[in-house]
Amino acid sequence: MSAVDDTAARLIERFQGERPGDATDWVARLRSEGAERFARLGLPHQRIEDWKYTSVKAIAKRDFARPDASQATADAGQIEALRIPGIDAHRLVFVNGHFAAALSDREGAGSGVRVRSLATVLAEEPDSLRGRLGNIAPTDFSGFTALNTAFAEDGAVVEIAADSRAERPIELLFVSTAQEHPVAAHPRIVIAAGHHAEGTIIEHYVGLDDVSNLTNVVTEAALDTGAQIAHYRIQRDTRKGFHIGSVHASQAGDSRLEQHNVNIGGQLVRTDINTALNDEGAETLYNGLYLANGRQHVDTHTRINHNEPNTTSEEAYRGILDGYARGVFNGRVYVAPHAQKTAAYQSNDNLLLSGKAEIDTKPELEIYADDVVCTHGATVGQLDTQALFYLRSRGVDHETARGLLLYAFAEASIERMGLEALREWLQGFVIDELPHAERIQEFV
Amino acid sequence: MSEPMLKIENLHARVEEYDILRGLDLEVNAGEVHAIMGPNGSGKSTLAHILAGRADYEVTEGKVTYKGRNLLELEPEERAHEGLFLAFQYPVEIPGVNNIYLLKSALNAKRKHHGLEEVDSVDFLTDIKEKMKLMGMDESFLKRSVNEGFSGGEKKRNEIFQMMVLEPELCILDETDSGLDIDALKVVAQGVNQMRGPDRAIVLVTHYQRLLEHIVPDRVHVLANGQVLKSGDKNLAFELEERGYEWVRDGQEAASA
Repeated sequence: MSAVDDTAARLIERFQGERPGDATDWVARLRSEGAERFARLGLPHQRIEDWKYTSVKAIAKRDFARPDASQATADAGQIEALRIPGIDAHRLVFVNGHFAAALSDREGAGSGVRVRSLATVLAEEPDSLRGRLGNIAPTDFSGFTALNTAFAEDGAVVEIAADSRAERPIELLFVSTAQEHPVAAHPRIVIAAGHHAEGTIIEHYVGLDDVSNLTNVVTEAALDTGAQIAHYRIQRDTRKGFHIGSVHASQAGDSRLEQHNVNIGGQLVRTDINTALNDEGAETLYNGLYLANGRQHVDTHTRINHNEPNTTSEEAYRGILDGYARGVFNGRVYVAPHAQKTAAYQSNDNLLLSGKAEIDTKPELEIYADDVVCTHGATVGQLDTQALFYLRSRGVDHETARGLLLYAFAEASIERMGLEALREWLQGFVIDELPHAERIQEFV
Repeated sequence: MSEPMLKIENLHARVEEYDILRGLDLEVNAGEVHAIMGPNGSGKSTLAHILAGRADYEVTEGKVTYKGRNLLELEPEERAHEGLFLAFQYPVEIPGVNNIYLLKSALNAKRKHHGLEEVDSVDFLTDIKEKMKLMGMDESFLKRSVNEGFSGGEKKRNEIFQMMVLEPELCILDETDSGLDIDALKVVAQGVNQMRGPDRAIVLVTHYQRLLEHIVPDRVHVLANGQVLKSGDKNLAFELEERGYEWVRDGQEAASA
């Protein structure tokens, strides 16, 4: 296999080794196809339109090791402290991408609901994933997807059977910890929601010990007719961490997907959120929030494909950028020629708090049907002076008023989230990121 | 006679290159209700915002004295602490910031400024519930965010409610009557009338006379072209309603001709 560049060749070399599922032909084939694709694609470069504003050179120049499954341990108290207060989640814990059974909840997720580690499923009944693994996420979606397909060895398989409801939210906690060398994890998550299945799934990424690891995760979600899934992605990596993630969803008729994408941590973050509305009545809500300062770089690309008539999407992303932070938002909406009566609403609002912070925002509408309602709008600005004046005229000092308005700006995203306890927890995080946190706390 | 609570002398103000106020004089004593009327663009709202400390206007000349102090030197929050309150024409929505917490914090900031202890939580809640009732506000208001999802009428009622809780000495109401139906107007007027007292001054900025049927002013001033062109008692408002603003402007032109 000849690679496009030295980095690709080196990464392939670095990540070689045995993986659960290798003994199964189709799995081995999928992986070798992934490796071949990656060899040809390499890591994305800025000449690719979708990566124009995001350089991954910082990833390329690091020599990430493959994390060792036997090192998938962490202090139980430390992991317990990462629980989202007030949410009785069924939790699977992963340490540097490897499932940590001892740290995870042992009891079941409820009837009709199965939540297992990918490594377990690949070892015990690999064929149950045939036609599902690598089905919705195209291997060549980007170099990172190919890399994940080649080297994913663990992750999660979440299955909610037809007409079943996951009573407890399902939390997949990915913890990045310090190893001898920085490591790269390639978790793969497969979600299958049956006919009229309902559930909430939280992907939660946390970096500990100031680590500088890479997480390169791919999620594939299939929603059958009438399924209702709330999918949260909460990324709180360290300020030195690298986080690349993509979500690929396929929605049948009358299904509803709510995708909440929160990015707070990370030095270099790229998330791609994609869904295909494949039959009438399917709807999607994309709700995103990114907070960045220092030299953080946060890039979000979203895609919504309206492939059939009478489908609806609503998308609202908000970002607050301070310091030298750089944000990128690209929202693509595609409406197929016969997808009449499509409704698609998109907005991206940004606050720039410093003269050095930057955002590149771009809506991308490709509409081939004529009887549709599609709107989009992007704003980049500073705090509303009228609102600032309003608060000050009530006796609130200038700095506190400023903090309150930043909080209010983020809250408009948070309040779209259905889980009350999660909202409260996130509000706390947002407040902690703001100046005069303790004063703002008095108002909420 | 003691000093007026508010004394505006020869006030000139501009926004960008436009002169909005051009030599405005006004005196308001404690215990009085003044109405400032005028056509659109006369500078009424500008005056209200300048008094509350909005930075978008540049004062180029003149003097504003409030309780013996140079008002224009104070930050908006200091003016609030000193007992000045502006009821906004377009109150701002602030998602995630609870109504009651904002009010409590505003009240405590003022108390702190005057060397008083923080308000007792139980007393505070009792007080606001009573005032909410008076303003016909639902209990659910306690849990809602500042003006978020409020109708136009609810926002205006909320402004008056805030005023009642903060108990300012100088109340400035900017077009509080605009967009209100007659029932809401009555509730708002009732709230304002309740606030009348010997130690408090109220300035109503309004385009129409109808609010003044419910809140009877002691003095009425007609503002046009950035100046007070005519002052009188409550009857001036009725005369204006009948004869229109042109009457004052024409009179002015005739006098200066």
